[in-house]
Amino acid sequence: MEYGTSGALGRSAAGRIECRSVRKTYREAADGTEIVALDGLTLEIQPREFLTLLGPSGCGKSTLLNILAGFERPDSGKALLNGVPIQRPGPDRGVVFQDYALFPWLNIQQNVEYGLREKGMDKVESRAIAQRFLATVGLSGFERRFPHELSGGMRQRVALIRVLAIDPEILLMDEPFAAVDAQTRIILQEDLQRLWMQTLKTVVFVTHSVDEAIYLADRVTVMTARPGLVKAIVPIDLPRPRDSTSDAFNRYRREISQLIEVESRKVFAAAAA
Amino acid sequence: MSGQDAVPEPVISQPGKWRLALAHAHSKIGWERMGRRAVVPLVLLAIWQYASTAGFFDPSFVPSPVSVVTSWWQWIFGARSELAWYSGTWLNYVYLSGWRVLVGFAIASAVGVSVGVLIGWFELIRDLLDPIVQGLRPIPMTAWLPFATFIFGIREGAAVFLIAMGSFFPIVVSCTIGAEQTPRNLVRAALMLGTPPRKLLIRVVLPSALPYVFNGLRVGLGIAWVLVIVSEMLAVKGGIGYAMWTAYQFVRIDLIVAAMFTMGLLGLVSDRLLLLLSRRLLRWNMGLRAR
Repeated sequence: MEYGTSGALGRSAAGRIECRSVRKTYREAADGTEIVALDGLTLEIQPREFLTLLGPSGCGKSTLLNILAGFERPDSGKALLNGVPIQRPGPDRGVVFQDYALFPWLNIQQNVEYGLREKGMDKVESRAIAQRFLATVGLSGFERRFPHELSGGMRQRVALIRVLAIDPEILLMDEPFAAVDAQTRIILQEDLQRLWMQTLKTVVFVTHSVDEAIYLADRVTVMTARPGLVKAIVPIDLPRPRDSTSDAFNRYRREISQLIEVESRKVFAAAAA
Repeated sequence: MSGQDAVPEPVISQPGKWRLALAHAHSKIGWERMGRRAVVPLVLLAIWQYASTAGFFDPSFVPSPVSVVTSWWQWIFGARSELAWYSGTWLNYVYLSGWRVLVGFAIASAVGVSVGVLIGWFELIRDLLDPIVQGLRPIPMTAWLPFATFIFGIREGAAVFLIAMGSFFPIVVSCTIGAEQTPRNLVRAALMLGTPPRKLLIRVVLPSALPYVFNGLRVGLGIAWVLVIVSEMLAVKGGIGYAMWTAYQFVRIDLIVAAMFTMGLLGLVSDRLLLLLSRRLLRWNMGLRAR
């Protein structure tokens, strides 16, 4: 297989995503009422762009990500990757889950190799690639450990390189750092940014954290409370790596926090009603 | 490179792991704790011996430990003779019982694991097979005995059928639950990494269900030993259960007790072997358990 032309980690095509009037509804398990998760969402994500999705709980961020991953299908509207409708999950779109979703019965090495072996790569080559990726996140020497023997931050690094190893066009990340402590989270954000700058994948990153969204993104997409729509798109015009204590960063923080707060209040109001 | 072996086996195997597991089992309990664990059995044994020699019981009803061991010894090592029907037959009987358990349990495991995992994973197969499984399951296993002997006669088939049938149900139920419990995100992760849907069963569902599989196997194995005794008492000749029943007819309580201990020993050894195998295959699961 082709494996990268530049850089230690390879840099292949980065995909372009289009969502056209994507609508998705659910039936509430408890009482069967219909819930509109996404109500005609339209969004474009450019190749090599890092886009963060920010919004109140239940605004359909994860639903959108699941549709892009191909885990779920929209009721109407279209989700396109490079102009082709997304039908099912596949290795062109790497997903990083909040709960890591590493295979607990495989050791770290085998977890990273998994997608490569599914591509039909032989043992020697996949091993070499896995070793290289493990080294880039400081996990050399942990090859034979099982996921449960690693900390949350380490597991999420493994989950990240597991998808980077198969060189996807898109990286879909669903609140990937929500389950780790604050210090680890900052390190993981730095790791991710470094890896992204080396590989320049298109990234869609769902988060609850305003700081995280600003720190990582080219554009921050703020979503409305349910039904989920794009409320605002804020381009972050700051050089990387970003200083989260700078005045410019703070101005973005204020602007985006205000946008979010309005939506979060709607959620509370709806819950109280 | 073929698709079949594109991914490392979900089972972890490294040379020497067996020895490691054994060493682990020993090192876990020090001599002090070993001694502590022996206290109650030894005290009970001493009371039993004292009570029988002091004449509290009629020795033809309650044998002394020494007489049990003596008869057991003759059962195992004694020369075959016309005068003592049991003498020297132990090893052969252990072999007969063990073989029946092994064959019945092997059939139950193969069928039970496959059917259980399939029922748990595929809705179609659940709809087709689950009613039969759930419909037959409430029939007590001993209630199958007359049916089995009627169909198979007083032959091996009856015992093997009964054992296979009895251990099948706990295995199938446990494997079904295991397959149902497959975490959704692991399935999604596999699909996302390029696993074709038809291979999910072998790549994700089965390894994920493995702790449940072994749980079912251990319960099934226990039932297999119960049923080998039942069937040997009533449906087949030879074996520990047969010896036990014969001893009963000859009013040889010492031999009955020896046969009971034999069964306990066989059950314990086979369960430990299965546990050893599961520890080896489920090393990845160890850290997830409470203890």
